Amino acid sequence: MKRPNIRVAALTGALAVVVTACSGGTAPEASPSGEAPSAGAASGEFQEQHKGGTLKLLAKSAAGSFDPKVNYTLQYWQIFQATYDGLLAFTKAGGDASFTVVPDLAEALPEVSTDGKSFTFTLRKGVKFSDGKEVTVDDVYASFVRIFKVSSPTAGSFYNGIVGAEACLAKPDTCDLSKGVVVDGATNEIVINLVAPDPELQFKLAVPHAAINPATAPTEDAGTTPIPTTGPYMVASYDPNRALKLVRNPNFTEWSRPAQPQGYPDAIDYSFGQTVEANITQVQNDQADWVFDPPPADRLNEIGTKYADQAHVNPLTAFWYLAMNTNLAPFDNVKARQAVNIAVDRSAAVKLYGGEQLAQPVCTILPPNFPGHDPDCQYTAGAPSKTWTGPDLEKAKQLVQESGTAGQAVGIVVSDDEVNAALGEYLQSVLTSIGYKATVKPLSGNIQFTYIQNSNNKAQISLTSWYQDYPAASDFLNVLLSCTSFRPGSDSSINISGFCDKGLDTKMQAALTLGQTDQAAADVQWAALDKEFMAQAPLAPLFTPKLIDFTSSRVGNYQFSKQFYMLVSQLWVQ
Amino acid sequence: MVTAPVAGSVQSLDRADGRRSGASPGPWRTSLGQLARNRGAMLALLLFLLVLVACLAAPLYADRVAGTDPFTSNVNGTTVVDGREVPVLEASSTGLGLGVTPIGPTWDPSHYLLGADNQGRDVMARLLYGGRNSLLIGLSAAMLCCLLATVIGVLAGYFGGVVDAVLSRVLDVVWAFPVYLLAISLSVVLLTSGGAAIGPVRVEAGSLWLPVLIIAVIYVPYVARPLRGQVLALKEKEFIAAAVGVGASDLSIMRRDVLPNVLPTVVVFLPLMTALAMLTESALSFLSVGVQPPQASWGTIINDGLGLLYTRPAVTIAPGLAIALTAAALNVFGDGVRDALDPRARLRGAG
Repeated sequence: MKRPNIRVAALTGALAVVVTACSGGTAPEASPSGEAPSAGAASGEFQEQHKGGTLKLLAKSAAGSFDPKVNYTLQYWQIFQATYDGLLAFTKAGGDASFTVVPDLAEALPEVSTDGKSFTFTLRKGVKFSDGKEVTVDDVYASFVRIFKVSSPTAGSFYNGIVGAEACLAKPDTCDLSKGVVVDGATNEIVINLVAPDPELQFKLAVPHAAINPATAPTEDAGTTPIPTTGPYMVASYDPNRALKLVRNPNFTEWSRPAQPQGYPDAIDYSFGQTVEANITQVQNDQADWVFDPPPADRLNEIGTKYADQAHVNPLTAFWYLAMNTNLAPFDNVKARQAVNIAVDRSAAVKLYGGEQLAQPVCTILPPNFPGHDPDCQYTAGAPSKTWTGPDLEKAKQLVQESGTAGQAVGIVVSDDEVNAALGEYLQSVLTSIGYKATVKPLSGNIQFTYIQNSNNKAQISLTSWYQDYPAASDFLNVLLSCTSFRPGSDSSINISGFCDKGLDTKMQAALTLGQTDQAAADVQWAALDKEFMAQAPLAPLFTPKLIDFTSSRVGNYQFSKQFYMLVSQLWVQ
Repeated sequence: MVTAPVAGSVQSLDRADGRRSGASPGPWRTSLGQLARNRGAMLALLLFLLVLVACLAAPLYADRVAGTDPFTSNVNGTTVVDGREVPVLEASSTGLGLGVTPIGPTWDPSHYLLGADNQGRDVMARLLYGGRNSLLIGLSAAMLCCLLATVIGVLAGYFGGVVDAVLSRVLDVVWAFPVYLLAISLSVVLLTSGGAAIGPVRVEAGSLWLPVLIIAVIYVPYVARPLRGQVLALKEKEFIAAAVGVGASDLSIMRRDVLPNVLPTVVVFLPLMTALAMLTESALSFLSVGVQPPQASWGTIINDGLGLLYTRPAVTIAPGLAIALTAAALNVFGDGVRDALDPRARLRGAG
């Protein structure tokens, strides 16, 4: 049960993320625990009687720098929701509402110019940082410049469309965005100018990398030194080897409950260093309230039976897949790739992940309940259908024979954690059975993801996963499979398959353009593109995972945001 | 260190005595007799042989008894328990239905005697196959280690001077590293670089000979140093001086006079090093840098079982027990061999 620490989109470089705003198409949350979807709960009234106490969170290890412009891990993005704010924010609520962007430090959603290149905001007055200084438009300008000065992981992919950004990417030290981010201290107005329309800009302004920091924040990674916050909590201390301690921000006053609600616990202690087993036991004994890491496989049954009331299972908009190197034998042959797709028993992969309650087989790149998703399975036993019914080993063997690649050596690169290693061993068995000499190459999770991206490492087939950055089909198809996202020889080449089809790229651009005016029609185009990509089979989707949050018995008001997962600040501990 | 009888003189006396009376059994036969009378050592040998035979019979068990392929995943497979067909990996059907648990021990040899691992493979079949690999690596590494150590120890001790200085420093360098740290480092490097090449001989990353080579090399100083010391002492003996005096070549002296005298020490080292090599292999495989999947060893099976410690401890306990029993048997037998070849060591221990 891997929950990725790194939710990397394109770490650097030009990913053609000219996209479309997508907010529809998501279905209500399905909760195997039977609990009611928690949509909109944070937007309700603050319940004073539950205020107070210390929320105790646990994780096997810390997630590195606590700089919101640098950190790119799910572990801290979840915490940043209660500490930092941007001009915009995803609604702090459970269910579908969490995909909705609302004004945060901005008074309202931006006014967009008719050419789609200018976004005008007005900064709220009276919001203060935790050090007591008021947030000004100068802080906003400095924050955008800081994205480039600290070389934020998404600087080149999310914010490269701002006027002046290309120069900033080339020379961060002398970054000048005076034409891209125009501020007026007298009117508190901020205008963001783009070189081309970007309908997804609002999503990008609602993630932590676009958080507003004081203009005095360091122009390098702040690391473990906390930057003053605007949210309900500030950092009291941070030692990555021991703990992160958050306390109430004395200067916080709730300005928008959907964007940044007041938190319930007085303090949040996030401790590191114990094993996941030990952490789970602590939660069972109510010595702690929640564990970041997924529970070990052999504790799942116990949690699902003895502690069912404390387990919260939520589907994720993500997928696990096999990336096949389309520039390297044997997977430079489409029939070999198709053979893998039809040979893999997705129900076996689901079992190895933790069972049907924790994952669901998929054949498409776009996950269920995601914009553009249309159920379709080209690689299944029998005739192609809407859903996956089973593997067809005989057909796979035939395809391998037809491809002329039978007997070739294939290395499967996987992470060395329990679930990935088990899946790797299973895949080795499958590939061997269809005629390859397969071996598993387990690598430390810290390096596997960058290793498989770099084409110099010649990874033939690798097991990996992708979790959405924001709810748009382009965040999967365009990011993972466009020609521009393949950067040979780079550790930041998220198109791991090295797949490039100019025709499909052109169609994606058309879908992006259409999305500016007709999102529903664009989603239909994305669904068609998904099918076209799968016909080329640059990857083999395995399953879409679910997330299990295991909380102590004293925790109340659990809410699951589809965007940033459990809302930490909204938990009751008394 | 074993201080065996001075072979040059003893062997010649033995031959002379044999001619004279025909009754003297000789030092080797005496030692064997002594070993045979050591009940503990004989029981340990019997236990080791039982394990060895069981492991050698692994294909027989997998094919004829269990009817399973222990190297192929069987995630969606089924088996029969109490006349009912059940999935090998069973999804939880209680509570929230979270998790999938492999079938536990059925105590039915033809249907997952010790249960299944997380890939749905028969643990008993894998245990036997794993034992073959563990024992093969243990025995091979011990023999290779002793061979290398004997060559280095004899050369260093006999020639002394520059040869000794160079070889001893090389041994010191190897010795300077904590043994497991060195083994893990070498394994990681060689596994990620695709194997090792020694002249025309290439050992692939997934080959069983890679852990054999690594384990043999890291333990060489532990055997070579005592042997070198023994050779240094032997060099001062009269029979060596006599051999030099009659014009015997260095090679001849090493082969005919030195080597026979250090062999008892090597023989004592063999079972002990086998146990040590087996334990090291298990540790490396447990850390995923020893035997590579789909091959199995007792260490890899323990690793497989780690994630099932709560629900299916048998997957871990069975290979753990096998390692403990085999290592204990080899150590007890090794002690017996030492006592037989060097009665003074036993007296020293008793004193």
